[in-house]
Amino acid sequence: MAKIVVDVMLKPEILDPQGKAVAAALPRLGFTFAKDVRQGKRFEIEVDGEPTAAQLAEVEKAAEKLLSNPVIENFTVRVEK
Amino acid sequence: MKIGVVTFPGTLDDRDAARAVRHAGGEAVSLWHNDADLHGVDAVILPGGFSYGDYLRCGAISRFSPVMEPIIDAANGGMPLLGICNGFQVLAEAHLIPGALTRNHELHFLCRDQKLTIENTNTAWTSSFTQGQEILIPLKNGEGAYMCDDETLAMLEGEGRIIARYVGENPNGSRNLIAGITNERGNVVGLMPHPEHAIDSLTGPSADGLAFFTSVLKAMVK
Repeated sequence: MAKIVVDVMLKPEILDPQGKAVAAALPRLGFTFAKDVRQGKRFEIEVDGEPTAAQLAEVEKAAEKLLSNPVIENFTVRVEK
Repeated sequence: MKIGVVTFPGTLDDRDAARAVRHAGGEAVSLWHNDADLHGVDAVILPGGFSYGDYLRCGAISRFSPVMEPIIDAANGGMPLLGICNGFQVLAEAHLIPGALTRNHELHFLCRDQKLTIENTNTAWTSSFTQGQEILIPLKNGEGAYMCDDETLAMLEGEGRIIARYVGENPNGSRNLIAGITNERGNVVGLMPHPEHAIDSLTGPSADGLAFFTSVLKAMVK
């Protein structure tokens, strides 16, 4: 079943202490690949059948109003099979 | 003078806020998150705690609770409104004040007595202080770092809308040591530290916090 996925990330200019803590923990475990880590949120929204354009437009609105805080966060909306 | 104190699911400091109101000489009225009626109050306090378990973002769910609709309307009409800690986060989520509160820069939950300076005594909640007065009240938060863009920060500084600043080392990463701000009109104030826990020396580190509550009673008499 297809689902609508909303990814919410802190804007690049906003400090992300959680991401920094993860970035600091990685090398302690021997993982040395990370130059930087940013942590975000992912919402998986199920609808009946294939998501329609109208539903996606509604999700956009909900993402702006509730799922993200536009003052500090950006979001993307997509359909995942 | 009736001052409403809102209880959301997960609010912790409503009792202390109501006690502070009574101590200052006002009548405290309990307001329930699910009741869209302000019961004739003259001002409202959004107290601290972890409303809705801080789910999604601190204050994000509370901001859409039924009681918030008349509160936002009344605040836009000039009613004094104070948001303390979690209440400050609700004010930011409701866009009654600019900016947002994010995770403390060192990630630690803070709980300590904190020195502040009062920098604006022209708001409904700070008129009983003197300009530049240093006060000591508890600070306890996990997401207390005040964030906004450069333009907003310049506006807040330029218009004198930063009402209180942390003294000494920055406790949580707030921009420009911001502990509290006000809206353009001066009736809405958001404050991260807790004046309601410092209204007498028996139960708090000082009685400095009481002046926030006497200020609003004075403002309403005018």
